[in-house]
Amino acid sequence: MTEHNRLRRFTPHLYLWIAIVILLFPIILVFIASSHTSAEILAAPMPMRPGSHLVENYTRAILEGNKNLGASALTMMKNSLIMALGIAIGKIVVSLLAAYAIVFFKFPLRNFCFWAIFITLMLPVEVRIMPTYKVISDLGLLNSYAGLILPMIVSATAVFLFRQFFMQIPREIAEASQIDGASPMQFFWSILLPMTRTPIAAMFVIQFIYGWNQYLWPLLITTKQEYYTILIGINRMLAGADVVIEWQIVMATTLLAMIPPALIVVVMQKQFIAGMTDTEK
Amino acid sequence: MVQQYEFKAKWLPYLLVLPQMVIVFVFFFWPSLQGLWQSFFLQDPFGGQVIFVGLENYVRLFTDPAYSYGESFAVSVAFAVCVAGLSMILALFLATQTNKKIRFASFYKTMMIWPYAVATMVAGVLWLFMFNPNVGVVAWFLKNRFGIEWQHLLNSGQAFLLVTLAASWKQISYNFVFFLAGLQSVPVDFIEAAAIDGAGPMRRFWKIIFPLLSPTTFYLLVMNLVYGFFETFPIIHQVTAGGPGKSTSILVYKVWRDGVINLDLGGSSAQSVILMIMVIGLTVVQFRFIERRVHY
Repeated sequence: MTEHNRLRRFTPHLYLWIAIVILLFPIILVFIASSHTSAEILAAPMPMRPGSHLVENYTRAILEGNKNLGASALTMMKNSLIMALGIAIGKIVVSLLAAYAIVFFKFPLRNFCFWAIFITLMLPVEVRIMPTYKVISDLGLLNSYAGLILPMIVSATAVFLFRQFFMQIPREIAEASQIDGASPMQFFWSILLPMTRTPIAAMFVIQFIYGWNQYLWPLLITTKQEYYTILIGINRMLAGADVVIEWQIVMATTLLAMIPPALIVVVMQKQFIAGMTDTEK
Repeated sequence: MVQQYEFKAKWLPYLLVLPQMVIVFVFFFWPSLQGLWQSFFLQDPFGGQVIFVGLENYVRLFTDPAYSYGESFAVSVAFAVCVAGLSMILALFLATQTNKKIRFASFYKTMMIWPYAVATMVAGVLWLFMFNPNVGVVAWFLKNRFGIEWQHLLNSGQAFLLVTLAASWKQISYNFVFFLAGLQSVPVDFIEAAAIDGAGPMRRFWKIIFPLLSPTTFYLLVMNLVYGFFETFPIIHQVTAGGPGKSTSILVYKVWRDGVINLDLGGSSAQSVILMIMVIGLTVVQFRFIERRVHY
């Protein structure tokens, strides 16, 4: 911006292109591998150009899956989608209601509720997996969508984002709606929700990716193939010796697993960045 | 503060917070307290005897060499620090380049942030595939061009390096977003004034831009340590399974392994409790800092 010579203007492009190549290289490799046969990949080094088995590999991955896995990428992507949507939508709905109550209502247990929710921010699921597993098992929710989704909605990030947003809304609007005879729920539906569209979209992007990319929790509670998420499927396919792994199918599935969240980040880039930087506060 | 208008309703607010409170109690307080409770007991994994042992599970962690808890702790710290350092330095550098009012800046931005969408577990698979001793392209290249035998399942240094690279690769985009946002909020007049006064680009960066970025840097440092400590389980699980030996067995991996594989519920719970205390510590540090930031 301040210096003006040719070299200085060129170098940032050079550095950024190097970074792009490093970031993309693994993905390109996955793509190439997913277009070859198992034998071609195992004959090190594998070819560095796309092969001719692309359609065949993806068809098999999507419709049948790896041998002995017993779950197709289609089924597993459906499970991942249900989990991601369940977490994103569930968290948004529950958090909107809670934030609405905490900001707009005066009630005796308000502070207690606030702190009870607040403290969940501190402890990620990773540090309390065993006891949470036991709770889910006691409730009979192993191998179920509810078991996959519910414990992931706990964390209060969304409540805080919405609370922050609601506190900036002028209270005169709420007061005016009361004077006009609207009930609090009417105010919520017809005035507050439409105003909250942007933070809701931002939260959706963040939570969808969070949900889609969950690993430890589904690893613990899904033992039946019909509930495998796509990441668990990839892990199961990679178990065993290198020679028996069907790399071409694993790589096709890996690429499929990356597409939905990557698409959301690229297409909804603005909401994504807003969602990320807003939850900071 | 002006008296804010608030709705008055007797039951409605309770109804509204009810779903959140039920989830918080059932899936947060109940398991957390149960974890704390279990950490004081020695349990037969087959559900037979439960004996109250007080703090013995904790004492065992720090004194029983079979646990190698200290070793695991040291690995976690080293791993988290390396990942935080590597990914933050690279992200800051790339954000600085992108912020230089160059052409195609928005294209570069997109190209830097998409890896955020990649699951941590998938990042592990990607790097595993590149460095797999039998089929990995990079492993082959290292062996045939440099004579380096890549065997991360046998060589603990290589194992550590591989998980660090995979975890950092994934984290760059997260840091990039925050650093770029921070850089964009640095007032241009400051930098131009310094340039007029004869400060070169390096000097402007270290004397003006970097200090102004310090809140972002600090926030990211905490978040990256949390990531390194707690969210990198998938990479360890997929790439090295904590090995070779216990050389990449970070604390979160150990909790899972001792609980799920070794069925040592008391020991695993005690470890969970220690992790909880660590997270609470990090969070408190962060909130303290944010409060201070508001005042200056």
